[in-house]
Amino acid sequence: MPIEVYLNQIVSGVLTGLIYGLSALGLSVIFGVCKIVNFAHGEMMVIAMYLALLAFQYFGLDPLLSIPLVCGALFAFGYALQAGLINRLIDVPDHMQFILLAAIAIAMVSGCLMIFGPNAQNVQLDYAYDSYEIGPLLLDKVRVFAGIAAISVAGLLAAFFRWTWIGKAIRACGDNIVGAQVTGLNVKHLFALAFGLGSVCIGAAGCILLLLVDVQPFLAVEYTLLAFVVVIVGGLGSLTGALLAGVLIGVSEALAGLFIQPSLKSMFSFGLLILVLLFRPQGLVGKRA
Amino acid sequence: MPKTRLPVTRRTFIGGASATALAGLTPLRHALAQGAPLKVGVIHPSSGYLAQIGQACNRGAQAALPVLKDMGYPGLEIMLGDTESNPDVARAAGERLINAGAQLLIGAFDSGQTTTLAQVAEQRGIPLVINIAAAPPITEQGYKFVFRNFPRAPEIVTGAFDVQKQLFNATGKTPSKCVVLHANDTFGTAMRGAFGALFPRQNMPYQIVDYIAYDPQARDLSVEVAKAKATGAELLMTVSRLNDAILLTREMVKQRWEPWGIVAAGPGYYEGAYMKTLGKLGNYVLSAVPWYDPRKPLAQKMIEAHQKMFPGAAIDTNTVFTFEAMLIAADAYKRAGSAAPQALATAIRATDIKDNAALSDGIKFDEKGQNNGLKIAAIQNFDGEAKVVLPLSSAERNVVFPAPGWQQRR
Repeated sequence: MPIEVYLNQIVSGVLTGLIYGLSALGLSVIFGVCKIVNFAHGEMMVIAMYLALLAFQYFGLDPLLSIPLVCGALFAFGYALQAGLINRLIDVPDHMQFILLAAIAIAMVSGCLMIFGPNAQNVQLDYAYDSYEIGPLLLDKVRVFAGIAAISVAGLLAAFFRWTWIGKAIRACGDNIVGAQVTGLNVKHLFALAFGLGSVCIGAAGCILLLLVDVQPFLAVEYTLLAFVVVIVGGLGSLTGALLAGVLIGVSEALAGLFIQPSLKSMFSFGLLILVLLFRPQGLVGKRA
Repeated sequence: MPKTRLPVTRRTFIGGASATALAGLTPLRHALAQGAPLKVGVIHPSSGYLAQIGQACNRGAQAALPVLKDMGYPGLEIMLGDTESNPDVARAAGERLINAGAQLLIGAFDSGQTTTLAQVAEQRGIPLVINIAAAPPITEQGYKFVFRNFPRAPEIVTGAFDVQKQLFNATGKTPSKCVVLHANDTFGTAMRGAFGALFPRQNMPYQIVDYIAYDPQARDLSVEVAKAKATGAELLMTVSRLNDAILLTREMVKQRWEPWGIVAAGPGYYEGAYMKTLGKLGNYVLSAVPWYDPRKPLAQKMIEAHQKMFPGAAIDTNTVFTFEAMLIAADAYKRAGSAAPQALATAIRATDIKDNAALSDGIKFDEKGQNNGLKIAAIQNFDGEAKVVLPLSSAERNVVFPAPGWQQRR
């Protein structure tokens, strides 16, 4: 096969992987700070996709332009969920938290099914079929926009955690909760903020994903699983790790499809997960416990 | 004079008469039931990744009711079941409908789901009329209650090769290389096997340079299309479902791959949802599929009834074969005079309908329960409608091949 076929797929894999990474960032932020595994991750992303779809259908808003609105809605939802429900169960065993979030996930899927029905829906954009030609490379315009949006959101999140007071306070809670309490930080409020911020990442990822994928209620499980794979490969609680792992998985799926058989490409993400768990269980960028 | 004991007492006479009446009423119960509509369990994937196709099949069943009533057939009562696009759920749906009183089953579009449904039908002794499912093994199991009015994968593939020869003759354009993209589910794998087995005997003018399998539930098919494009093939043959057909076409546009044509040997490309989603980009795709015969009066009645009940909904393979499954059920019920499963099965086996709707020699089943008289048409998409272009004797429009490039269609 000509070299440009491989180059095109690598670039496409990187762009797709950035979206995987952004989606997994939400899971990573929530676990890194609150120590809660959000089993409703995929379902929240599907809700974000539907919100972006409604914004497109009723107001003609491009999903990329509806990111602030959808993220605002998801932030409020995530904050309310943590503050109102999860905070009450912060000290219960992990399996009870899992049951709670699984129940919330099922309720969300059922709600989407009742409101939107089972059929896949999508947005029809003028530029959906366009591509940029750069030498031998043919870049899908939608993927380029999606990749840029993913990097931008991840960058804003990193800047927030690094340079704002609240961001530093949230990181402090994640690093040492006792120390944070001793210094007078409102830990419960900060936990809720962290969950809200994680939900913002999920909301942004949902808007971006709508450009590439048709939304339907049963999409959630697949993306929850993918997010877990990305987070574990990258390292739990590591933002850089989540993005890096997302890109690694995007590229490995693309190349596996070319070198071996396209229908086996999902096998490689799980193969990578197994290798990481065997040889570097803390993840590529995570710190050993 | 001594009393003589009569051989039959009043008690034994009344007992015997009662027993006779009860025994006599049993067939009468089924015969009386014939006045009641036949309960038909119609089972398709109404949710999941095959939802839109399953819902189209259900519309075909519903459109059959007024037409069959006008033709003087006994009534049918539809009981809908949902396989959720999952073979295990198909089994449970079949059991549930039978327990709820279904006297005959119709389904289930997908070969994997139909396979499990056929097992249930045979185990429970309830006739199953398969509307759409092409995997050959379904009618090779020696089943007595399973009947298929749809061609098997080898017949679809042979028919697809035949219409291609007609296509090349009609247009004077012959490709030298072909690449096959196929779903890796039960149907796609069966078709891939049929391609491999039958292609050497077909004397086609092109070479198949690669077979590329993909997951029909995948969200991204860019790698598959890139691989297909890299083969340099002028012709693309596909075995797809609906959502993957949409994804494949989108990727072909994005990657600027313009083969002379797409020939689909299966569903997806003629579905209303495909044409609605892609608009003009969905034009000129050819599908080599079992279809309705536009010249047949019953096909016209089916189209009118469907358009009246579901304005704007597409009429396609899903419609016609589900419609015919209902016709088979009604015809068997009328001839059997009974809703008893064995009587229905015997009547279905003796079916001989000449005035049907599909492109075929009629509806007649062999000893395995397979109708071997079905033909394959080439249909082509034109501005939201699929029209028969081959065979020429049934053509509604002239075929367009090679297809114009994507930019010319937008």
